[in-house]
Amino acid sequence: MKLIRELWSSLIEALVGLGLVVRFLLRLVVSSPRALLRCDLIAQQIYNSGALSLVIIMLSGLFVGMVLGLQGYELLQRFGSEEALGTAATIGLVKELGPVVTALLFAGRAGTALASELGLMRATDQLSAMEMMAVDPIQRVVVPRFLGGVIAMPLLAAIFSVIGIYGAQLVGVQIMGVDSGSFWSQMRASVGLADISEGIVKSCIFGVACSLIAVYEGYHATPTAEGVGRATTRTVVASAVVILFLDYLITAAFL
Amino acid sequence: MVKSRTLNLGTGMFVLLGFAALFFLTTQTTSRGLSFTSPPHYDVTAKFDNIGDLKVGAPVSMSGVQLGRVTSIVLDMKEYKAVVTMRLNARFNQIPTDSDASIYTQGLLGGKFIGLTAGGAETYLKDKDQIDFTQSAFVLENLIGQVLANFTKGAAKSNSATSTGDAPAAAAPKTTEKAK
Repeated sequence: MKLIRELWSSLIEALVGLGLVVRFLLRLVVSSPRALLRCDLIAQQIYNSGALSLVIIMLSGLFVGMVLGLQGYELLQRFGSEEALGTAATIGLVKELGPVVTALLFAGRAGTALASELGLMRATDQLSAMEMMAVDPIQRVVVPRFLGGVIAMPLLAAIFSVIGIYGAQLVGVQIMGVDSGSFWSQMRASVGLADISEGIVKSCIFGVACSLIAVYEGYHATPTAEGVGRATTRTVVASAVVILFLDYLITAAFL
Repeated sequence: MVKSRTLNLGTGMFVLLGFAALFFLTTQTTSRGLSFTSPPHYDVTAKFDNIGDLKVGAPVSMSGVQLGRVTSIVLDMKEYKAVVTMRLNARFNQIPTDSDASIYTQGLLGGKFIGLTAGGAETYLKDKDQIDFTQSAFVLENLIGQVLANFTKGAAKSNSATSTGDAPAAAAPKTTEKAK
């Protein structure tokens, strides 16, 4: 009986949490148009969460693509169709690995930075100070960070995919000796715009989810050193789970 | 001021790189190419008994040179034939009307494409014309079925010639061996 009551109360707790996140998202969306007027703030956040993540995204993309080239070659060789490596690598990267791995890296690199920055602002009463000065902290601090992440994420995923395709080409064509012409022409023949747009839709949705979780956790962090640490951890854990869950949903919706 | 300049530069380069990547994905990895408006073209149709797994977007070529693409595949409900519409580039406007269209396979297991073979007529295909001479797709299962049937027949004949009544039963294992 006690167990059931505890389960029930934790379920209610989870629903309340979800409701809070959705309301927070609505608040962000409502203040977005006004925040868009301050382009410089958004540009700075695009720089922080996008341009500064470039190195890790490009390196990871290169290695993911190279591994895909190796594994794909090894697998396709068994069926005597190594020429399909370009198609296999591109579809894998554009539809799945690009958006998902980029979003996971983004949550680790930019999401944690956002959450701890906002958490520290909360802990050192900077957010309260802004409220005192009649500056809406949501509009001045949170929304630019959110929008910066939303804009940066699809671009990062696209860069990841392109670097990955070149990584696969590097291994498949230069090392394993797949014919360069058939690598590209088979890819062009069988990759459609639908595949590309699925990847873009995925990365946009992951961008919204990651940025939302990061700014929500940071903004609502307990104002202590421990609370900031916990908010950062929760950002990564929640982002990873939500990304993989959404990935399944979107893939199923596109099939 | 210098700091904000480098910041803007970094942001600008990042956004540019991102859009360049998107552009690359949409133009270089797909068959769309760079053209935003479709080049001048004309449509011709052909009726096939069986198109196999020919898909919309499959290439149409003559002597290995791509002339256009398949734009639609519908079933003619009167004759129960597949009507394939091909969009050919207007540059290739001197294809004889008695050319024939066949469905071939790219590689051993690749996708299907339509190959045109030029005829000898003096008149050329125009928009909305129909190619009358067609050859259906080569369906592997049908061919294997035919080969098996031939083997069974042949084996049955030779068996009945030598003797024994249960020819088909004896012939069956033999044919599978040969088919391998």
